[in-house]
Amino acid sequence: MYKELKALDVEVLSMSTDSRFVHKMWQEHELSKMVKGGVPFPMLCDPGGRIGAIYGVYDESAGVNIRGRFIIDPDFKIRAMEVLTPEVGRNPKEQIRQIKAFQHVRATGEVMPSGWEPGQPTLKPGPDLVGKVWEVWKP
Amino acid sequence: MVEKDGCVKPVKGPLLPSLDPAKGAQAAPEKEVSKMQVRVGGEAVDFETSAFIAGKGFQPVKLSDYKGKWIILCFYPGDFTFV
Repeated sequence: MYKELKALDVEVLSMSTDSRFVHKMWQEHELSKMVKGGVPFPMLCDPGGRIGAIYGVYDESAGVNIRGRFIIDPDFKIRAMEVLTPEVGRNPKEQIRQIKAFQHVRATGEVMPSGWEPGQPTLKPGPDLVGKVWEVWKP
Repeated sequence: MVEKDGCVKPVKGPLLPSLDPAKGAQAAPEKEVSKMQVRVGGEAVDFETSAFIAGKGFQPVKLSDYKGKWIILCFYPGDFTFV
């Protein structure tokens, strides 16, 4: 999965309120046993949740950042955000689908209908498409 | 240069223009600082903090170091938790 993201020129950064020392221990004692070599991306620290607060994911009552994921494009614009309460993990596949979709938009100006998967037809917005989406998109 | 790494190391945290004294801003009230300030379609808020990077050890990381690339920024509740 990480290789696929790298191939798409994506940098992954993870962040929690843990210290860098705890990140190191987690990597060495648990993550490296789940993923060969441990996680390859930088594990960032957010003491006090100050960064998380700005990103709207800091839970003051628990003192931690909840699961928030942001896709930032090369112009430093936020393209997507997904925030979940902690009980449910994320779906990296959906993350990759969104990255591919946003990269396609950036390259071509074409847009994606709901449920779009890479390789499926995209839509070229313009006067000619008004009322004709049904001709190109048959989910 | 090997940076001295003590037990406690301050991190800069969010780098908000409104907090930059070089830009003539006064310190914002605490409430202002803890409000969500990002939205989709808007600019990412830069920050600088410490990090652990496999094979490299402890290093400061600034979000804007990655400007020009696609970035996935993932927050999660804590190391050694279950999900």
